[in-house]
Amino acid sequence: MPIEIDARGLSCPLPVMKAKEAIEKGTDDEIIVLVNSPTAKENVTRFAEWSGRLVESSAEGVNFRLNLKKGDTK
Amino acid sequence: MKKGNLMIWLAGVVIGLIAVGLVLFGNPVNMGFCTACFERDIAGALGFHRAAPVQYLRPEIIGILFGALAASLIAKEFKAEGGSSALTRFILGIFVMIGALVFLGCPLRMMIRLGGGDMNALVGLLGFVAGVVVGVQFLKKGFDLGQTQAQSKTNGLLLPGIMAALLLLLILRPVFNAEAGGPLFFSKEGPAAQHASVLLSLGAGLIVGYLAQKSRLCMAGGVRDVVLMKDWHLAKGSIAILLAVFLGNLIVGLLGIKGVNTPVINLGFASQPIAHSEYLWNFLGLGLVGLASALLGGCPLRQLVLSGAGNTDSALTVLGMIFGAAISHNFMLAASPAGVPIFAKYAVVIAIMLTALIGWTNLERS
Repeated sequence: MPIEIDARGLSCPLPVMKAKEAIEKGTDDEIIVLVNSPTAKENVTRFAEWSGRLVESSAEGVNFRLNLKKGDTK
Repeated sequence: MKKGNLMIWLAGVVIGLIAVGLVLFGNPVNMGFCTACFERDIAGALGFHRAAPVQYLRPEIIGILFGALAASLIAKEFKAEGGSSALTRFILGIFVMIGALVFLGCPLRMMIRLGGGDMNALVGLLGFVAGVVVGVQFLKKGFDLGQTQAQSKTNGLLLPGIMAALLLLLILRPVFNAEAGGPLFFSKEGPAAQHASVLLSLGAGLIVGYLAQKSRLCMAGGVRDVVLMKDWHLAKGSIAILLAVFLGNLIVGLLGIKGVNTPVINLGFASQPIAHSEYLWNFLGLGLVGLASALLGGCPLRQLVLSGAGNTDSALTVLGMIFGAAISHNFMLAASPAGVPIFAKYAVVIAIMLTALIGWTNLERS
């Protein structure tokens, strides 16, 4: 079951903090983060990649959908 | 080097060199750039306070806003949004300015002062880091000012519009009242009487705003991300500013370049330009700035940049800072090279407590 986090409209650094919390629970599930600013997208991506997740992002209107998949490395 | 990495280093280096260059062309020494000081000068230019040495409509601030607006429009990132505890942000903006005017500078000027060898700024940096660290504790406990909502484009263009009107006033310099002066007031002596030309200052601001938007440069964010997740990305920008200012000052000295003002490296605490050596108040002043900036989600420079990109909450924070400058000078809360007035000390302590109260009362109840 993917975990979905809605971080739209939150100011820095809340989107990345919410993503961090989910990643650090150590789940193998995919984590989906919704954000609505390029800055939040970059911050979440940077942290997720640093934590060994593979990040796929797609634009959905004014929002971004970030899929954080469990990678091979940590 | 990754594109994002290159951009943050580039932004820091260019902003640092611009700060050195603006001194050569007339800005005060160790104050080539300062968002808080320049917003304070704007408050003075509009007569919101009447402190004679600090009244000038600094085009750098206008430039930052338009540089960020241009960068966000080009990248299709401009987005009018707001409504995340707007009044709270306005009040925090006031507190940021009260703290900055006790230290005598925003976090950007802190790095610039450090680059000039002013060790009082090192004390300030310690306070700033401490403030951000406390702010991070609130964030970890669930501090949240709420989500922003999309707004009509007009909202996002209001502050840039106001800035455009101010620029027009600066260029046309109309006189509404020949006896009392106004609508604009200009210092005849003091820091605000020292400035580069309008065109140069505006151009410098445009470049700074553009690069800061592209790189997301933020002094508070730099410290916060290191504390929160050992991410040094944003901190690289602050480090780059420090190195560029230091090397810029060094090269100016080695080559014997003389400008309208000449930047120097003067290592120590005593006789630093537009600074005082009251350690506790340098620490607490920037401590307040750090704490409030962490809760706001960005330092004073970042607030200006976000306003340019359409964020009306940041625009209100900027207006809060201008309002705060008027409060600081009218109520004798601003420090000067002569020292920190007693009322300023009360104000900083009270503002720290109120900022903590804002932090405490906005914890997300789960």
